This record gives sequence, structure tokens and C-alpha cells, in this order.
Amino acid sequence: MEQIAVKPNGEKLTLKMRFREWFIENIVMIIFLSICIAGIIIADQPAYFLITQLLERISRNTFLVLALIIPVVAGMGLNFSIIIGAMAGQIAVIIAKNFNIGGLPGITLVMVLCVPLSILFGIMIGRLLNKTRGQEMIASMIVGFFANGLYQFLFLFLVGLVIPIANKDILLQSGIGLRNSVDMAGVIQANADGLTTDGLKYAIDGIWKMRIFNMVFFYGIMMLAFNSIMLLRKQIVSKIAIKSGSVLSLILEPAEPKADRAYRIRLIGYGILTAVAFAIHYLGMGSTELKMISTIKFPMVTGLLIALLALFNVVIQKTKLGQDFRSVGQDQHVSKVSGIDVDKVRVIAITLSTILAAWGQVIMLQNVGVLNTFGSHMQIGMFSVAALLVGGASVTRATNAQAFIGVILFHTLFIVSPTAGKTLFGDPQIGEFFRAFVAYGVIGLSLGLYAWKRAMGKAT
Amino acid sequence: MYALEMKRITKDYYGNRVLKGVDIRVKPGEIHALLGENGAGKSTLMNILFGMPVIHHTGGFEGEVLIEGKPVAIKSPFEAMNSGIGMVHQEFMLIPGFSITENIKLNREIKRPNVISKAFKNDSLDFLDFKEMKKDARAAMDTLGLDIDEWAMVSGLPVGHMQFVEIAREIDKKGIKLLVFDEPTAVLTESEAQNLLAAMQRLAAKGIGILFITHRLDEVMQVANEVTILRDGELVANKQIKDTSIIEIAELMVGRKIDLKRKDTKGKENDEIVLSIKDMHVKMPGEEVKGASLEIKRGEILGIGGLAGQGKIGIANGIMGLYASRGEVVYEGKAYKLNDPVYALSNGLSFVSEDRRGVGLLLDTSIEDNIVVTAMHIQNQFLNFGIKQSKKIKAHAQKMIADFDIRCTGPVQITRRLSGGNQQKVCVARALTMNPNILFVSEPTRGIDIGAKKLVLDTLVKLNEEMGMTIVMTSSELAELRTICDRIAIVCEGRIEGVLQPEDSDADFGLMMSGDYHKVKHGRGGIA
Repeated sequence: MEQIAVKPNGEKLTLKMRFREWFIENIVMIIFLSICIAGIIIADQPAYFLITQLLERISRNTFLVLALIIPVVAGMGLNFSIIIGAMAGQIAVIIAKNFNIGGLPGITLVMVLCVPLSILFGIMIGRLLNKTRGQEMIASMIVGFFANGLYQFLFLFLVGLVIPIANKDILLQSGIGLRNSVDMAGVIQANADGLTTDGLKYAIDGIWKMRIFNMVFFYGIMMLAFNSIMLLRKQIVSKIAIKSGSVLSLILEPAEPKADRAYRIRLIGYGILTAVAFAIHYLGMGSTELKMISTIKFPMVTGLLIALLALFNVVIQKTKLGQDFRSVGQDQHVSKVSGIDVDKVRVIAITLSTILAAWGQVIMLQNVGVLNTFGSHMQIGMFSVAALLVGGASVTRATNAQAFIGVILFHTLFIVSPTAGKTLFGDPQIGEFFRAFVAYGVIGLSLGLYAWKRAMGKAT
Repeated sequence: MYALEMKRITKDYYGNRVLKGVDIRVKPGEIHALLGENGAGKSTLMNILFGMPVIHHTGGFEGEVLIEGKPVAIKSPFEAMNSGIGMVHQEFMLIPGFSITENIKLNREIKRPNVISKAFKNDSLDFLDFKEMKKDARAAMDTLGLDIDEWAMVSGLPVGHMQFVEIAREIDKKGIKLLVFDEPTAVLTESEAQNLLAAMQRLAAKGIGILFITHRLDEVMQVANEVTILRDGELVANKQIKDTSIIEIAELMVGRKIDLKRKDTKGKENDEIVLSIKDMHVKMPGEEVKGASLEIKRGEILGIGGLAGQGKIGIANGIMGLYASRGEVVYEGKAYKLNDPVYALSNGLSFVSEDRRGVGLLLDTSIEDNIVVTAMHIQNQFLNFGIKQSKKIKAHAQKMIADFDIRCTGPVQITRRLSGGNQQKVCVARALTMNPNILFVSEPTRGIDIGAKKLVLDTLVKLNEEMGMTIVMTSSELAELRTICDRIAIVCEGRIEGVLQPEDSDADFGLMMSGDYHKVKHGRGGIA
């Protein structure tokens, strides 16, 4: 039998070429990083302030940004219609507020109520996007504006007039329509982290908070354990029988395993991190500023939810459904010919994204503490998309890491730009203008670069 | 018993009868060739076999389909797959960003239930078992003799290998009884094509029935056991290969006598050089030119031949400024500016691209606009103070449609809906509208049927003889070059290996294409 031996892509890249490729690939992220570093230097704010603000915004926003990933994988581009998911979240919040249910039961009710609403909305969006194939992004943006009209009709007109409202506090004085801002805070103080039994404010954040270096310490320990297991995986696999295709097998026997060296390097890195965190938190080492920073607390449950979503985004891609997302995302025609129900897969992707967006909005609102009835949802589409793009994602490729990097960079800019504007031009307003300009600019730049890269790819 | 039987298949599209009671029978383990010109009804027959939606949306069909003697009613490609029939497509149905394994197992992934998928009773939440998938992929690839890493990305593979991946996917399907190959060798080099034909024979030996759609008759003669020929939706003949000949098949297919005779080149002794190329380099991916030198004489038809990937395609593309190039080019006694398509077009060079659908046509634009667009843009023809002269354009388009026998509903039909041959005619018509001094034609007959092929070639000869147009034709089909060209330059490894006369021996051509000509003839390295 004749054998054909060919090594695909056998071409060797020089270091310079590889750097160039990496640079072009990450140009948006690099530009943003430079602007952020410059902003931090110019604004010259205390590190305590910067970190407090940043952590708060990360915990608030990351969930929403992560909700964008599945539609990108499924080839539907950046899902601007997450604002409809956000509306579902807000409707759920208003319902809970109407019956005055707060605290843990309240937030649980809100999270549960989100689901049927978002499924309904998600299916409708998905069907629309299946009709506007190739124009998903602009269609999702416009359907967001359209839904906002219906939302306003519901809460400015129908509420109080057609739909009875028990809680008169949230109504306008005329008795028709909701107030512009609905306070979510409770009255009865329940714990030191702000969780009340009657309010929705901090209903997730307040459950459990941990000082940041303590958190880093435990995270380090966990990562040390994980990387040790991965280093010893061959021994473990040989000792215990592992069912092929099981969760354990997926982790311990990856199809393309990393080299042992990578795990060793990580072990060293996490070892240092854990030691430093231990020294600061438990031994009280470091400067006064560092000590001050170490008093900052991070909402653990929110963090856990974000981590779970990140995990979900990874795990779903190992399932049949995830493989269908990827297939459909890469080539709808080929997928269809192979018997994949392309339309259904796309509807599922958008519906999942909508549910996650609803939850993400609730996570954000419980942190902010005030529901801006007609405004809270409007900006999150644009800002979440911008944050994801800043992290280096594109219309066809988005990962958890890009979402995390993007959120950090995007919000760093938001925190430093007013002060930087004041230092440079004597007017904080200019900084504010600048950040709005940057948010839209980055979307334009990313989309432009994406089109350019694709044209280049075609040419070569 | 037959692997596949299709009996008295009749199909109308909006009152237009495209299949008229066609029968076809494929035995297990046989390679059955299905031949016919474009529009003969081959694709419709296959659409019926695979239950494509286009059939049901247009009112279904009449007749009977039997697989292993049992009548089946296939309503979707997925059902076709489950009934044991598979297709290797002309345009690859592969996902470039996926590994070979993922492509082979596309939508047939091996799944393992997990806690969550059990809880939801939904198998789409099952994990994928990549290890088992890899094993299956390996087995299928071994059957074909394909020795590549199972995790290699499809996007980095050569075309020939992609095709093998596609075949591997089909044979990985359990209980495959019939495999349809739709023009499988159209995109392959000669050696790749030979590998493929060998693989087909291997599959047939395993008892799989193979339906082989092609327009390369020599391949039919080489591997097929039986042949079915369609013409205009009717069954023309069903013959054993051993009882027929290539000439008979060709005649049955076209239904009129083919006349592709060597034209008379005598009386054309002209040594005036119109375009001379020295040490030209063209950065065309996959067809790179690395220092070619060539002289084109006024009034000749110059052929450029050679194996795929050697750079023959790159020469015309470089001259026309479509890919970055450098070198010393003299045109009509003056230095010629490279890398500038507008310069090339305004100075009387015209190009019919090998990439018909990509570069050659504005697919969603009408025939008439396609024909005049370059002339309008470069030469301001058909314009009155910048405004289109619709009547003049229409008249010109109608003349071209008549001259070239472009089969269409009229000058305003969009070119995407035309068959390959008719699209090619539109491309040629556009190039001629420019009244070129030199016409470059690349792969003019690729993927078009014999009838259209002959018309395109006849047109080139006519232009050359009657209008004295200088033509440079690049083609992978040597026979074609030898039929109409005055001289044939053979490209090997990005350089001109040598220039031959059409009547030179087959051996000379073969040696030049493989780059061994000078070694054998002179016992030393090549001189270009």
C-alpha cells in the first residue's frame, strides 16, 4: 500500500515573524494596554483606590462579558442583544421588588424568574438572527433598540394602568409607570458585608467576602494542587481505572497534553504567589500601603459564579453541543450538509447567552444597589462588547482569557481617565469624553482590523 | 443484487423537464461512471439520491430508488447517510479550522454520557470521546493509505489530502454501501489524481459500490467497470467499459462529432517580439514564479503548461499586476511597469483569470455589466460624460451572447446562475470588449464540459487567425495546449524549463514537466 507522508505546515517561522504575527494579532490589546499604563501614570491615584475600584468593577461586569463568548463560538458574532437578557433580569428584579422579597430568597427568586423570560426572549432573538444571516451583529443591535421600546411601553405605561402594582414605592406619583430609579437596598442590616434580609443590594456580594491576599493564598494552594496532579497524572492514570470519556479522563488525559515543563513552570509561579500572599496576609509583611490594600475584600460568591461561568464556557465546548457550536460557527453550509440542525444550534447559542446576560445584569445590579429602570440595561451591550474586544477578541474568536484581560483593561481606563483628564487639561469632563470615545472607538478599530486581516488572509 | 438502483426517474423544475425516465444501476464493488455534459441532469439525479431540499421544494420527483433491493424514500442528506450512501463533494465539505479527526467525525462524534447529560436526559450534553474518535479516524485513514497526524488542521493540508479526508469521513460511516465521487479529480494534480483513483479501486475491492461522476474520459477508461451516459436529461447509453472506447463515449456524451484537430500553423512565421520577460519573480501563493524568462511573439498562440503548483499560473497573474512581482519586462519595445493592473489593462493587455468565481466575475451582477465593466472603467467605453449608455451596453452584450452562444435568460441574468462554461464565455467576452493587443487566458476549460470547452478553444483560434490577436494560454491540460498553440512553454519549479513545438514527442513534454528534460538530453543541469 502506498503511503503518502506530508507534514502539514512544515514551514518554520522565524522569531521575528512570529513576534510580528503576535503583534498584529493583539494590536487592539496592546494599544489599550499602553493607554492604560499612560493613564495610570498621569492620573497618579493611590493604588488602594485603583484596586478597590477595579475589583468592584470586575466583580460587577465580568459575568456579562463572559456571556458573549458562546455566540462568538457559534459564529454569530458579538451579541449586542444581551441588553434584552439584561431587560429580563431587570423585569425579574422589579417583580421581586413588587412583592418586597429581599435577601437570599429574593435574589434566588430573581435568578429563577430570569430563566423563563430569557428563554422566551432568546428563542425570539435566535429566530430573528436566523432570518438575518450574515448580519447578526447589526440585527442584534437593532433588535435591542426595538426591545427597549417595548420595555419602555411596559414600564412607563402598562404598569400601574393595566398591570397592578402592590409596591407603590416603585411607582411614579401619578400611579402609572415606574420611577426612574428603584432603590434595591434593604433596611435591616444583617451582616458586616452589607447583606440584608429585606433588600436585593449586595444579596450576592454580601454572602461571603474575603480579604484579597487571603483569597490569593487559597487560590495559589488550589492551583499548586492542580498542577501537581497534572504532573503526576501518568502515575495516577496507571493506578486507578478511568472510564474513557469521563470528566476525570477529560482532565487527566487531554487529547493534546501540555509538556511537563509547562506544569513545572506553573508550579514555581504559583509557589511564589502563594508565599507572597501568605507573607502579606498572615505575617503582616510589606509597606503601609500594601497593608491598606490587604484590607480590601472581594465578594467570593460573585467570584465563584464568574469562575463557574468561565468553566462552563470551557466545558460546554467539550460536549456534543459545544462541538456543534464550533462546527456551525466555522461553516454553516458544511454543518448543514452533515446533518446538524444549524438553526436550532444557533437559537440555543443565543438563548444561553441571553440567560447568562440576565444573570449577569442581576449580579451587576445587586452590586450597584440602584436599578436605573430605563437606563441600566442600555449601555451594557456596547460596553461589554468593547471590553471583550479590548481583550483581543474578534468577531470570530473569543476566549475566557480575553474576556478577563478585556474587563481589567477597559475598567482601568474608566477609573483613571477622569483624573488623567483633569491633570492634563484641567477638566475631568475631557477624561469622561475620552473614555466614551475610546469605548466606541475600540469597537470600530477591532471590527476594522478584523476586516483588514481577513482581506489580508485572502490575499496571501 | 444492486447496491443502488434508480428506476424511471423523472423530474420537472417549474414545468421544465430535466430528467426523463432515467435508470441507473450500481453493483456492489463496481466503479460505475456517470457521464454527461453540464446540464445533462447529473446533479439533479444526485440531488434526488441525497434527498436535497431543493427537490422537495419543487414538488418531488417520479420514479423509484432502491438500496440493496429495498425501496427507500430519502428526504434529507442526513437520511441518505443513514441509508448507507455517501458523497465526496467537488467543493470540499470540510471545516478548515477543525482537525482531521474532527472533520472525519463531523456530527458523528463519539459521545460519552456524564452526570449532567444523564440528569437532563439530553445527549447533546454528552462529552466527546476524542480518544475513540482518533482511533476511528486512524483506521479510516489507514484504509486509504493516508499517513498524516490525526490532529493536523485541515486548513494546512494540500488539496489532494483534503479530498482524502473527505473520503475517510465517508468510509468511516458504518455500513456504507455506495459512495458518490463528484468530479473528484478536477482540483487535483496528475499524481494526486492517480492516488485517488487507486484509492477508489481499493474501496471498490472492499465491496462498496462507487458512482464516479467526471468529465475526464481517460480516468473512466482507466478505472470504471461500467458507464452510464446522460444527455439532456435522457439516458443515452449504459455500457460495459470493455465493450466500448473513449471515442465512442465522447461521441455519445456530446451527441455530435467532436472536432478538436490540430490547426494549421503554417504560414505564420513571424519573429517580432511583442512582450519579453526576463528573470521574473511572482509572489503568488502556491504558484510562485522564481526567475522565469520568456518571449512572446506577435500573432502567436503561446501555451504555458506544467504541473500544478510549479508556477505556470503565476506568470499571467504577475504580468497583469495581480500579485507582487519583479523582473525585467519589455512590452512593444518599452519598459513595462509591473504591479499595476490599471497600467496593464490600459496598455492593451487583457486577462481571463483561472479563478472564475473569485477574480473573473462579479457573481451577483448581470451578464451585460460583467461584459463591459473593465472597458467602461479603463477605456471609458460605453460612457457618455460618466453616465452608462444602457442601450449600447445591451446591444453589445446581446452580440456577445450570440457570438459565444452564452446560454442564459438574457443580458440581465446574474452570472452566479450560469453554468461554468457559460461563465467562462462571459469572462472571455469581457476581455475581448477591451480589444486587447495580447490576451492572457488561464485555465479556460477548467471544470467545463466538452461542448463548451470546444467552443472556448475554437473562439481562441478564431480570434488568433482572423484578428491576429496574440494569445497566451495557460492550461493544465496538455492535450488542449497541443491542439491550438503554436509554441508551448513548460514551467517547472517557477522557471521556464523549455519551449516545445506542439508536435514534439510525448516523452519530451513529460520530461520537461518533471524537470528532467535537460538532464536526460544533455546530461547536465537545466538551461532556461
